[in-house]
Amino acid sequence: MNHDHRASRSDAPANGFSRRRFLQTGTAAGGALLLGLHLPFARDAAQAAAADDFAPNAFIRIGSDGQVVLTMPYVEMGQGTYTSVPMLIAEELEVDLKQVRLEHAPPNEKLYANPLLGVQATGNSNAMRGAWKPLRQAGAAARTMLVAAAAKKWDVDPASCRAQHGEVVHQASGRTEKYGDLAAEAAQLPVPPNVLLKDPRDFKLIGTPAKRLDTPAKVNGSAVYGIDVRPPGVKIATLAQSPTFGGRVKSVADTAAKAVKGVRQIVRLDDAVAVVADHMGAAKKGLAALKIDWDDGPHAKLTTGDVAAELEQATLKPGAVAQTIGDVDKALAGAVTKVEAIYQVPFLAHATMEPMNCTVHFRKDECEIWIGNQALARVQARAAKVAGLPPEKVIVHNHLIGGGFGRRLESDGAERAVQIAQQVEGPVKVVWTREEDIQHDMYRPYWFDRLTAGLDQDGKPIAWNHRFAGSSVVARWLPPGFKDGLDPDSTEGATDLVYDLPNFHVEFVRVEPPGIPTAFWRSVGPSHNVFVIESFIDELAAAAKQDAVAYRRALLDKTPRAKAVLDLVAEKAGWGQPLPKGRGRGVSLQNAFGSLMAHVAEVEIAKDGTVRVHRVTCAVDCGTVVNPDTVQAQIQSGIIFGATAALYGEITLKNGRVEQTNFDTYQMLRMDAAPPIDVHIVKSSEPPGGMGETGTSAIVPAIANAVFAATGKRLRKMPVDPAALKQPA
Amino acid sequence: MAFTLKINGTPHEVDVDGDTPLLWVLRDVLGMTGTKFGCGMALCGACTVHIDGQATRSCITTIDSIGNSAITTIEAIGATPAGAKIQKAWLDREVPQCGYCQSGQIMSAAALVAENPHPTDTDIDDAMSGNICRCGTYLRIREAIKQAAQGG
Repeated sequence: MNHDHRASRSDAPANGFSRRRFLQTGTAAGGALLLGLHLPFARDAAQAAAADDFAPNAFIRIGSDGQVVLTMPYVEMGQGTYTSVPMLIAEELEVDLKQVRLEHAPPNEKLYANPLLGVQATGNSNAMRGAWKPLRQAGAAARTMLVAAAAKKWDVDPASCRAQHGEVVHQASGRTEKYGDLAAEAAQLPVPPNVLLKDPRDFKLIGTPAKRLDTPAKVNGSAVYGIDVRPPGVKIATLAQSPTFGGRVKSVADTAAKAVKGVRQIVRLDDAVAVVADHMGAAKKGLAALKIDWDDGPHAKLTTGDVAAELEQATLKPGAVAQTIGDVDKALAGAVTKVEAIYQVPFLAHATMEPMNCTVHFRKDECEIWIGNQALARVQARAAKVAGLPPEKVIVHNHLIGGGFGRRLESDGAERAVQIAQQVEGPVKVVWTREEDIQHDMYRPYWFDRLTAGLDQDGKPIAWNHRFAGSSVVARWLPPGFKDGLDPDSTEGATDLVYDLPNFHVEFVRVEPPGIPTAFWRSVGPSHNVFVIESFIDELAAAAKQDAVAYRRALLDKTPRAKAVLDLVAEKAGWGQPLPKGRGRGVSLQNAFGSLMAHVAEVEIAKDGTVRVHRVTCAVDCGTVVNPDTVQAQIQSGIIFGATAALYGEITLKNGRVEQTNFDTYQMLRMDAAPPIDVHIVKSSEPPGGMGETGTSAIVPAIANAVFAATGKRLRKMPVDPAALKQPA
Repeated sequence: MAFTLKINGTPHEVDVDGDTPLLWVLRDVLGMTGTKFGCGMALCGACTVHIDGQATRSCITTIDSIGNSAITTIEAIGATPAGAKIQKAWLDREVPQCGYCQSGQIMSAAALVAENPHPTDTDIDDAMSGNICRCGTYLRIREAIKQAAQGG
């Protein structure tokens, strides 16, 4: 999603967060789960805010004990935000990172909306981009007030005092006062309208590798994810949803299921059946014993081929113009060489390691939900609708997320669990089997792209025409974001290219696949566009008989940050140096999520056509680096995630059913195939760019281009098809 | 039928069907939620525990097959020398991201290091490729195992 675009749109949601609003907010957000540092994710640490706490804004609270509590608007799903965001507060507040304790923000779009999305959600690699200014300002405002409180107490000029290590110091007299002892006085002071942020040269935490606060609990088994909650008396349910999209339950024979030891109840819904039991073993056994007769509904015969054919047709007609520069038709008419290509990318499942789950206790006039989710306010609103309750009667407890990748931006699992809980006495934890998780995901859209380019006598691209068709996730998820046939996510990575292309035209045709729910998937729009753009520019280089790096480089005079990462990756990867037979190197260059990134992948193709990625080199300019260790980790993570998709990822449909079921048919990249990854970070003082998704979208074309370099075969349809790369015996 | 299971040195009596996988007894009956559910078919390794020191997928291990064998879970692996070294290396190398698969990764790695104090890359591949990490922490897992093998 192009955040700048979104933020500036007049139709952006009205509850977008203003700096003024949060600085004026003086109340502490109570009633949420407190996450202490030593037991960061304990179940029972809930603690109410004391009346005389110092809470100058919606994020920070300091009690008389000096404990700094950060009400954390972003969720932790592995990306390190529970460490990097506290670093911002601690930096400006002049406290050690260990002094900050985290508390999940409760659902509250007004206070805790992501400034770049306009809603309370963690996604699109923008937690740090969204937090960078407001959270430092929050810390600086609190620091300024604590200094003012001390100065007032000592009757000295605030300018003669400074904050350090959780206390205020008056240098001349040597007096010191701890924050906790100043909290009550500071709470009486007005919130300053303007605060001075620290000079980056004085940063003590930002830019220095920090130990993640959530690691200890994740190493000893004590971390609590949504799937781990156990409210007293909780029953466990598992379910079968209609195997076809839009199908219904016709009949259920449940005698055998009810006879299973530990099975308590069978819950029948319109389009699903759940077995409620004492434990998941009994629930699964009960489910297997059910005989469900389904009405397969309107999409009973649907295949992936039908979806692709519809998209192909759609690309034959004009779409909404996403960007146009110069005159493409005229330039094409005058081109010396024309290059045309069709690209396709498949549906993909998220396959988070923590299968979908949600625990609900539905009471007469209240509903309590335990979940790990990226969009809490959405969960609350949607669950309330299903429950027939006002949102404030729906209490949502958020937890650590065992993999989000966009899947947990959705509320379908919570809605389903509420439907089931409405028929169950007491709390019920609904846990999806892996098969349900894969067959009832909301999928990364299938995309179909048609491209034409024209080259001049030197092989330089003088015309670029791109039209693509697929689903708009934004149109469903955040309807105001879809306007005039366009949304900023579907086109991110296809428009505003780093390359200087004088005649450039991009169109998008929105086509929703029949019945198949689509959703954001790690690296969202760029997951598709960057593959297509970076493969096609590689095709142009090949058509021009030029080196893939040199060809790109010649188009980067206007984008020096892009040129710098390309140069760096080429140098570090040993671009141009000879490789053994059967190996190839491929490059990709990306500008997405506010970060510039270039990859070089080195691959080897075995005789049977299987592709092995031997090594990946990455150069990144992600602006100011907050936690360098997290940047490294996220890039490695994104590359493995993207390589998994490039090598294996494909959800297909036959007879209206998803054909993949578990990790045997929906494969993941494993330890024995994981390449070494070298990450090189360009020093930058620009504001931070996103890191959670960048590696994923950028690696797919690097692998495809490397396969081309090794074999001469261009991969225009993902994933890699070993049969097409097999060498004759 | 009641079964007595020896878990982390303590006997636990549970009354469930004998074909119930150990995973659900640990998580749902006994409330030991450190051991995770990932696939239910021994394809991902998230549910790995030790049975008499052997890394075992608890999602397909029925409780009537365990007998008197000693079960060790993530909650107690730190009490073994190999487990303690692995956990320390995991902390030092900042291995986890979402962390959900890490209990299983640590159990597989602890079994490897206990049995093979100097694993090669191939040994690590063989022992660890049954454990999926969707966050792609494999490189740090490999480094952490090597660190633990070199004495932590």
